[in-house]
Amino acid sequence: MSNTKMKVKNMKSNKKQISQHQRNEGIPFDSSLFEDINVNRSAVERRAATLSGRRSVKKQWQAAWLLKAVSCIDLTTLAGDDTESNVLRLCAKAKSPIRLDLLEAMGMKDAHIHTGAVCVYHNFIKDAKKGLRGSSIPIAAVSTGFPAGNIPLTEKLKQIELSVAAGAKEIDIVVSRDLVLRSDWKALYDEVAACRKACGDAHMKTILATGEIPTYTKVAKASWVSMMAGSDFIKTSTGKEPVNATIPVSLVMIRTIREYHELTGYKVGFKPAGGIGKAKQAINWLVLIKEELGDEWLTPDLFRFGASSLLGDIERQLEHYVTGRYSASFRHPMA
Amino acid sequence: MEIKEIYDTMAYGPAPESADEAIHFLESHKRKFKLFINGKWVAPSSGEYFDSINPSNKEKLAKISEANETDVNKAVAAANKALPEWVKIGSHQRARYLYALARQIQKHSRLFAVLESMDNGKPIRETRDIDIPIVARHFYHHAGWAQLRDSELKDYKELGVIGQIIPWNFPLMMLAWKIAPAIAMGNTVVLKPAESTSLTALLFAEICQQIGLPNGVVNIITGHGKTGADIVNHKDVNKIAFTGSTEVGKIIRRATAGTGKKLSLELGGKSPFIVFEDADLDSVVEGIVDAIWFNQGQVCCAGSRLLVQESIAEKLYKKIRARMETLRIGNPLDKSIDIGAIVDKAQLNTITKMVKLGVDEGNTINQPSWSCPKDGYYFPPTMFTGVSPSATIAQEEIFGPVLVAMTFRSHKEAIKLANNTRYGLACSIWTENINLALDVAPQIKAGVAWINCTNVFDAAAGFGGYRESGFGREGGKEGLMEYLKPKIEESFTDQPISIPKHKSNGTLKKSEASLGIDRTTKMYIGGKQARPDGGYSEVINDINGKYIGEVSKGNRKDIRNAVEAAHSCNKWTSMTGHARAQVLYYLAENLAIRREEFASRIVQMTNQSKADGLKEVDLSIERIYTYAALADKYDGHVHHTIHRNVTLAMPEAFGVMGIVCPDEFPLLGFISTVIPAISMGNNVVVVPSEKSPFSATDFYQILETSDVPGSAINIVTGHKDELAQVLAKHDDVDAIWYFGSKEGCKAMELLSADNMKRTWVNYGKYRNWLDKAQGEGSEFLKKASQIKNIWIPYGA
Repeated sequence: MSNTKMKVKNMKSNKKQISQHQRNEGIPFDSSLFEDINVNRSAVERRAATLSGRRSVKKQWQAAWLLKAVSCIDLTTLAGDDTESNVLRLCAKAKSPIRLDLLEAMGMKDAHIHTGAVCVYHNFIKDAKKGLRGSSIPIAAVSTGFPAGNIPLTEKLKQIELSVAAGAKEIDIVVSRDLVLRSDWKALYDEVAACRKACGDAHMKTILATGEIPTYTKVAKASWVSMMAGSDFIKTSTGKEPVNATIPVSLVMIRTIREYHELTGYKVGFKPAGGIGKAKQAINWLVLIKEELGDEWLTPDLFRFGASSLLGDIERQLEHYVTGRYSASFRHPMA
Repeated sequence: MEIKEIYDTMAYGPAPESADEAIHFLESHKRKFKLFINGKWVAPSSGEYFDSINPSNKEKLAKISEANETDVNKAVAAANKALPEWVKIGSHQRARYLYALARQIQKHSRLFAVLESMDNGKPIRETRDIDIPIVARHFYHHAGWAQLRDSELKDYKELGVIGQIIPWNFPLMMLAWKIAPAIAMGNTVVLKPAESTSLTALLFAEICQQIGLPNGVVNIITGHGKTGADIVNHKDVNKIAFTGSTEVGKIIRRATAGTGKKLSLELGGKSPFIVFEDADLDSVVEGIVDAIWFNQGQVCCAGSRLLVQESIAEKLYKKIRARMETLRIGNPLDKSIDIGAIVDKAQLNTITKMVKLGVDEGNTINQPSWSCPKDGYYFPPTMFTGVSPSATIAQEEIFGPVLVAMTFRSHKEAIKLANNTRYGLACSIWTENINLALDVAPQIKAGVAWINCTNVFDAAAGFGGYRESGFGREGGKEGLMEYLKPKIEESFTDQPISIPKHKSNGTLKKSEASLGIDRTTKMYIGGKQARPDGGYSEVINDINGKYIGEVSKGNRKDIRNAVEAAHSCNKWTSMTGHARAQVLYYLAENLAIRREEFASRIVQMTNQSKADGLKEVDLSIERIYTYAALADKYDGHVHHTIHRNVTLAMPEAFGVMGIVCPDEFPLLGFISTVIPAISMGNNVVVVPSEKSPFSATDFYQILETSDVPGSAINIVTGHKDELAQVLAKHDDVDAIWYFGSKEGCKAMELLSADNMKRTWVNYGKYRNWLDKAQGEGSEFLKKASQIKNIWIPYGA
């Protein structure tokens, strides 16, 4: 234990040297860094509830923020009936998410607005690759027995390796909730660390599935373990749990990101996923990040939305900004 | 700013709330407001007006009428005239009016919110999301109490005309807290808003017109301190409800002393915000934002003293400093603003001066790197660290966005530091350990304890202070009591009631009269019989002037010693209700054994018949039983507040009480006043009947044999009013009961103002102590305790 603490200390002193884009390399497992965490649910919920009332983004600010939100979307399809054709449509939309005339009207024609990534099941990586040819948009693949994650670790690692080999630049893994519920933190650390190793150069987003974690305190602890084990992002949900991303649970997670950054100098990204379908919600999340983590986190390098329908609402809001008329979804090309 | 630039910087832009409707309201009065008296707009008799200024840009908003004494008379007369009909229409009709007020406020909520923000300088976020919803909720809740008044509170009646004077920090919210319970209970009101923030009260007057509230039930008159004084001094006003500074509160206490006007005062504070090492520190930081940077810190219950456990202090300070940077100050009507303008120039100067003093006294100041706008009265969020309790900024209320922080080593020290103040309004306790939280909360001298939360209010819970933060509660059932009086008071008489002398002049048989060896009647202090400091005794004669004995002549030093003794041990206070009941039963038992002797003593002093003497002893025994029975039954409530939490309303002992007994009924008068006070856990210093003190001095032998802890009851005999005044002037006495002359009552209230002692006096009206309805009951316990509301949010 004292050994690991020393290592942490060394890292702390190296904090300044860690560049902005340096990946989180993780730190040795040290339960003393999180075992005393006690999150007060009521206080967290109070902060979360008042946050959207404290900040309002209007007019060109709203337009700019919504465009930022678009750039942070992991445009996602994770359905049983996915085929090449809808994946290709999704990729086309990712490359050109906003109608050109609208971008032009906003003076953003040359800003190269595209979504943060396209997120698919492993089997569609090849189609996404085809669809995204000529763009820099990374492909994210869900992995490790998504969404429940209840498959052998060897299988999980193999899945990751296959996806990386197929061209995925980002891997969204799911944690074994079993380990979280039983507070087997060391085992969780080992599992996530093994996944990270398997990812190689691909960035790893670790899904906690917070809808299945009973308390915020446990969410915070699972966040710590995931970051210690080298996650590039921590992510709330698969989108398949009964409760997906909420502002309070996000607040809990990003506060651990802040603490981890203060301790190690590593910036870990955050990805809320599931149930985020409205432009207004997207603004609330951006406000949350800006207020709690700061402007430097408001970039696709460190913040993503896992969403499928959000883009459509943002498009309508942006058209309203440009024209002053409320828009209809059929006026925007579908994904 | 171009979208591209915003896209790159992700800056916030302006997000102004429109002021159009509010300006339309001002224009509809031609920006010149009259007084609202008897349902009509009336020009002030003085013909004088003053300006209401928007503190965020120093623009004039409107002219406000200066009401003088003539206007106050008119308003009180209107309220008086409206009273009989308002009482007569009954519970349900009044409930309908209150409900209509609530609805109308809700319908115009944004107008109220914008107007309040413009007039006061507080952010629209707060008026929109906090102030106005609380206002509407207060009227809804009290519409309910209006409905239930006749069934739930049938032993009480309205007071009459209520004078209400409210501050500028929560103008409409304070109006609601005052008016809703008052009119719900069947009173009529004359309310004066603070001179710098009259506008929402005037808009409220319009709302009263709109719903057709009967004329005169609510009168709103504007003006400065003099107008307030005229209300306070008006002979037809039956109660004054005041929220404001402790300084003015004391002036009002003195002005109303002895008049019989009921009084509730909600005054200043220097409330502790206590953070233990196991607290959720990120949540603590947001709590601090809500505690001291809410409403620019101009909050009477602001958590302005941060007490942090030493082990986490630096970590927390660092987080607070970081959080200060992200607070946004500026135009209060901007929806992205956290901190608005200070209410006026004078207040800004006060804050600036105090902060300078804090720096000069060597405390470390922390402020954000950004600077404030220059166009209005702004002050940045400020935290002083390394502050010691002796620093001026740690003692004085600053009433601005200024936090003073100090560290503690243990929870015991935290409690000591928390209580190291003359105030006692609220406290906030942060720990994830429920054992610790519930251990600390009752030990803090404050009317409100917020556990892991702060500045949470609701109509269903009482709010109000201990010590110099004032007395009385607003909200909850306890708040209604401020606007009611027990019907039984109407049976009190102008002359003391006592048993007539017996025909035979109460001559005792030789065997009864002889008390054997000469007895030295000493006083009883700290569980010991004590000789008087002065070394004098006083001769006591019977009712016919015949010598019966001598009693110690207590002086101020004896009172001092008795108060010290009463404070010396909290054994009695910390006993459970059951345990106290056991001791009281034991007292009754021992008194019963010596029934004859005590009866003889009564006969000896009062010359009444032996049968009447026995009756008084028997009734005394029964009365002790009553309070023994109530000791574990007079308990609190769990309030239904709108938040997810348990809100405990706990009656707590005051601490040390002075009890100045009635002259009549030497034993029963003593028992009827002392026993309820101690049954609630108070330690008492008793001045027994001056004329007939021996029942009390005999009683200490019973105390000694009944397991009453030595410090619980202290008895000082002597000149009643002289001793009572020493008690009233003693700053370590928390409450005083006085049963005696009108002049004595006045003196008690007057002298108690300095430390805001709770007083209960009879205003020269007398109870029949033999009558159970008048001489005992939970009303006595209410006066022997104060309610603390403990908010405990929960959630796994």
